[in-house]
Amino acid sequence: MLDDFMMRATLAGIGVAIAAAPLGCFVVWRRMAYFGDATAHAAILGVALSLTFQMSIFAGALAVALAMALIVTLLTGRGYAMDTLLGVLAHSALAFGLVAVSFLSGVRIDLMAYLFGDILAVSRSDLVVIWGGAALVVALIAWRWSQLLTATLNEELAYASGFDPKREQLILTLALAVTVAVAIKVVGVLLIAAMLIIPAAAARGLARSPETMALIAAAIGAFSAVAGLRAAYVFDTPAGPSIVCVAAVLFAFFSLIGQQAQRRV
Amino acid sequence: MTLITVDNLSVRYGSNTVLRHVDMTIEPGEIVTIVGPNGSGKTSLLRAIIGATKPSVGQVSLKPGLKIGYVPQKLHIDPTLPISVERFMRLTNRVSRKQCTEALETAGVPDLLTRQMSQLSGGQFQRVLLARALINRPEVLLLDEATQGLDQPGSAAFYHQIENVRRETGCAILMISHELHVVMSASDRVVCLNGHVCCAGSPAVVASAPEYRALFGTGTGGALALYRHDHDHDHDHSEHSQEAAE
Repeated sequence: MLDDFMMRATLAGIGVAIAAAPLGCFVVWRRMAYFGDATAHAAILGVALSLTFQMSIFAGALAVALAMALIVTLLTGRGYAMDTLLGVLAHSALAFGLVAVSFLSGVRIDLMAYLFGDILAVSRSDLVVIWGGAALVVALIAWRWSQLLTATLNEELAYASGFDPKREQLILTLALAVTVAVAIKVVGVLLIAAMLIIPAAAARGLARSPETMALIAAAIGAFSAVAGLRAAYVFDTPAGPSIVCVAAVLFAFFSLIGQQAQRRV
Repeated sequence: MTLITVDNLSVRYGSNTVLRHVDMTIEPGEIVTIVGPNGSGKTSLLRAIIGATKPSVGQVSLKPGLKIGYVPQKLHIDPTLPISVERFMRLTNRVSRKQCTEALETAGVPDLLTRQMSQLSGGQFQRVLLARALINRPEVLLLDEATQGLDQPGSAAFYHQIENVRRETGCAILMISHELHVVMSASDRVVCLNGHVCCAGSPAVVASAPEYRALFGTGTGGALALYRHDHDHDHDHSEHSQEAAE
């Protein structure tokens, strides 16, 4: 079954969608969209470093994404507005990454594969990494779910309930770095943030509790992966962007339905 | 037994000292209100009590196992986060649905259990926050300007509810407020804060204190002389206050 590249691609897409859904909900609730972007863009620098030192792409991307997320967390509230800070860091990391890749004259690398993903080339070992990473992210978020939600609502409320909201922020940061690292192969660094935000945003109108929003987001993400791959196969379009296009169409569709439902109430 | 003891507390953010040598205690069952101008360190004091801010000097000690109910100043729930009143109340408390209903009744909003948080009015929202704080039967309730955004009848009704809560549950209440006239009448003790405790005592005593009038009467900070009115305090306290006042 896993011999078929379409089957491997589909499984990879579903794995990323499942990890991205609960995390994406927090990204939306906490207005961290740019944060996801910054972490993802930094990963291209990780790719360049991995190729230079001949390490695994996953490890390099994970390390740089994590470093980026930690730097942003540390610099928050030190004089610059969050969006300015992220704008500076995200695009500089991308630029440094692209420059670093250009130095790698020895190896011919297909930069497009990392910018937009190369889901059809997912190997069995990639699948192990993707599903392992997804399981880790889901387990982390499920474990801290109530605390993460409380910290998202109000920092003081978290302290008064006896836990440190900064630690919860760190857990989200860690989950984000892992998700970025496993999603590079599937949608590429430029579209990872889309996989986080679009399914979660599309699920909002249909959900009445935080948990159902995460589950619906996972379903929408997984459907986008399956339908996007199918569309890419039929119309011979790039796979990663096709997945994001399906998610975007679903978002538009569910937003309209949500508005209709509200009008009727 | 004293619930909360604040001992010689100073809080610094970088080079900016927001609280200097603050001493205060909260005893079971009393309503204490902290008043003070903007930037006087009211919220920092509350944050230090719940452990959100580390003291640079001094310490805050809580009675062992003290149960605190906290009502935040403002709680913004992003419209993208769907959450019902019941789910919100049970988020960090292991409580039954029945306990939620009871807490909502105590807070004066019995019928909101299944509503979405995003659909509540300002007054309902604050009462749900109050109910959430009451749900694990706290021994002390901390309120940080809990009536912000409510109109005058709304906040008067809210404070009335607070007195009811004290009467029904016997829990102590420490609150911060801007609304002096409402608060003064509802409190057993008032602490007037301006970076340090500039005066404290019963509402009548504080209202007639020159420091209080200097802060709230004419609006000028001015030089703050020490005003002794609470003779129960130990010698240590007055020394700190004197330092702070100079």
